[in-house]
Amino acid sequence: MASLTEDYRRREESITISSEPEGVGEAHELLTLNIGPHHPATHGVLRLLATLEGEVVRDIKPIIGYVHTGIEKTAEDKAYWKAIPVVERMDYLAYYFNAMAFCGAVETLLDIEVPPRAQYLRVIHLELNRIMSHLVWLGTSALDLGAISMFWYCFREREKVLDLFEMSSGQRMHTRYFQVGGVIEDIPPGFALKLRQFCRDMPNRADQYADLLSKNQIVVERLRGTGIVDQRTLLKLGVTGPLLRATGNPWDLRKADPYSSYDHFEFKIPVGTVGDNYDRYAVRHAEFYESTKIIQQALDGLPEGPFITPDRKVALPPRHELATSMEALIHHFKLVTEGFRVPPGEAYYPIEGPRGEYGCFVRADGSAKPARVHMRDPSFVNLQALPHMVRDGYLADLIATLAMLDPILGGIDR
Amino acid sequence: MPDATELELTAQELRDHEAGSVLDTEFHRGRAVLVVDPASVRAVLAHLQGKGYTFLASLHGVDYYPEEPRLGVLYELLDMQRVERISVKARVPTDAPQIESVVELFPTAEFQEREVFDMFGVRFDGHPDLRRILMPEDYEGHPQRRDFPVGGEPVLFTYNEQQSYGKDM
Amino acid sequence: MEVKRERIDPADLRVSKLRAHDMLRDDLEGEDLERHVEQRVVTTTLEKAVSWARGNSFFPLTFGLACCAIEMMSIVGARLDIARFGFEAFRASPRQADLIILSGRVSIKMAPVIRRIYDQMLDPKWAISMGACCSSMGVFNNYALVPADKFLPVSVHVPGCPPRPEALAHGILRLRDQVMGNPPAGWRQRYAAEGTEEFLEADSAAASPAINVFRAGDTAGA
Repeated sequence: MASLTEDYRRREESITISSEPEGVGEAHELLTLNIGPHHPATHGVLRLLATLEGEVVRDIKPIIGYVHTGIEKTAEDKAYWKAIPVVERMDYLAYYFNAMAFCGAVETLLDIEVPPRAQYLRVIHLELNRIMSHLVWLGTSALDLGAISMFWYCFREREKVLDLFEMSSGQRMHTRYFQVGGVIEDIPPGFALKLRQFCRDMPNRADQYADLLSKNQIVVERLRGTGIVDQRTLLKLGVTGPLLRATGNPWDLRKADPYSSYDHFEFKIPVGTVGDNYDRYAVRHAEFYESTKIIQQALDGLPEGPFITPDRKVALPPRHELATSMEALIHHFKLVTEGFRVPPGEAYYPIEGPRGEYGCFVRADGSAKPARVHMRDPSFVNLQALPHMVRDGYLADLIATLAMLDPILGGIDR
Repeated sequence: MPDATELELTAQELRDHEAGSVLDTEFHRGRAVLVVDPASVRAVLAHLQGKGYTFLASLHGVDYYPEEPRLGVLYELLDMQRVERISVKARVPTDAPQIESVVELFPTAEFQEREVFDMFGVRFDGHPDLRRILMPEDYEGHPQRRDFPVGGEPVLFTYNEQQSYGKDM
Repeated sequence: MEVKRERIDPADLRVSKLRAHDMLRDDLEGEDLERHVEQRVVTTTLEKAVSWARGNSFFPLTFGLACCAIEMMSIVGARLDIARFGFEAFRASPRQADLIILSGRVSIKMAPVIRRIYDQMLDPKWAISMGACCSSMGVFNNYALVPADKFLPVSVHVPGCPPRPEALAHGILRLRDQVMGNPPAGWRQRYAAEGTEEFLEADSAAASPAINVFRAGDTAGA
């Protein structure tokens, strides 16, 4: 018996497993694995052709287009305010940002002022949407890593945010709340109270998420040190948003090139140091607190005034005026049937969304329909960084990196 | 945004550097646009990259139907140090839709040039992998061109529901 | 007067009803009773039991396409808990799932992929078309989308853009009713609106002298 154990022992020790693959030769086989488009971990219909050598990813090719909806073509067919719901559905977790970029571009072309109350309301809704988008990201990413209960906690908070959206606009998602010139309706009574309660609760909840995840051994081991790309490569690849901030570059359009009264608010930009997956997680997690701060300041300083531009050629008149004023009736009729006309020109309006720079390019040719709408979507551009992030890493790290990349296929495919 | 005078200075510099590159300048609502000859796009972008516009924010196409040359390719450049944006526009005709690729200067252009090729049909010389990206590989036609129909299905009411699909499945 | 005697088919409904009455009154005995029970009672109860079990144990496929997928994820969330009905076990593999919820817009590139996944599912299987985009092109009536009815048979269409989680849960419960054998009556039956369909009558296609009477179907630009 003893000799048998010794025999086994001797045989185990004589096997050498090299931990570093020595490169590609005929002794090493490359396996092409197709991940997706239907896969539980691809965050939408993303197809990845992974070239594997053992468990190590040598190359990856993302194939997209599985949810291409031709939104830009459809938007050319509709009047400007009818194109807003269509454009909203591009990046389906950041619908206010899509609408903001489009409305901002059209407002630039029309050269109209957005009243300060509308700007503050826009900021409130944009930051709520940022929190909601990060909640969904956190829930689904933790689900990918195996921390399944985070999904329910994050979606519980998300329901609170959607309740607020439902209070202000009547819809949970794709609310068409932002219109060219302002917002479609003022906030109802009770909204401010509920929003204050939310702002009080949100930092506590974010602390709870940090308690669960930030020092969790599995999270740290899976995310620390994986998916590192240096800042220069990311800048050359056009990556913006939390991915760039995780490498230490504090580029944020809300501070660098403020729009819609963001310069009235005091908030910090969380940055990382190394640029690995853990930093990306930490940056997005810290943005919960910063967004809550912005919402609180916006709510405290909410100015009185109109919620949409008083220019009746662009914004619908209030309904009580239709009974008394003939001009209001004519404006209403003109706006509803044909829509407002935009003088010819082109505009590119960039804003900072939860994934990076959303830039909407609108070309107007003088008619009531846009001649070209293009959304520079950050997920589309950030996806180009994925091969750099996962090269020479393990397949399991690919899943974690994909989760931390936060791709939204609606924005990628449009 | 560079203001109008700075735009003219930049344009003059580029004309001195490479004759015939800048055809026109446009300045509308605070946005500076350099209209360049498609043959010198790479040179112009390299020069602007040297001047500080190191970030290519967006590369997209526009169809200027019915004005010729019809297909325009727009480059939105950003200078992160001075926070200034400048746009470069190059227009190619439909019968010879070729333009140089800028993937070596700005690797971010890879997917975006593929999208312009897919949607408009503009071929980028020097692109490592010019294939359709959003439509299926064997799709015919370039959907975002203005003369491509929007398409769609007829709206189903009860009168045409019987001829519809899925009834026999 | 002559009385004609005719043999009635035992499968005739009236006969089986009478026999059922006899059975309940204990008038059927022995072999007759056993045969009757076999034919009428046991099978239907077994079918009903199986359908009850099937309807209460859907295994949905994790299949999210676009915005509706986020609302589908929130029915798994804590506010509208689909686990109350027993449907929280979303399976990733189509071979283990029997309900595919098409949540989102179906593009032409994705349609063959969905069809392959649907074919890999085992019978009996059902499909719910969630949202306006896959039911009927939705907001985007253009070149890039395909309505789901074109390539797979859909049992329930849930309208909305995106449908609220409550609406999707209502759709799933309607599917459950259908599977369990008591499908809800269509609206025409519920409101006694038979006869309101717009089918073109062949003879009314003849030209009528009135100039402003339009046939059903002349909805130009609808």
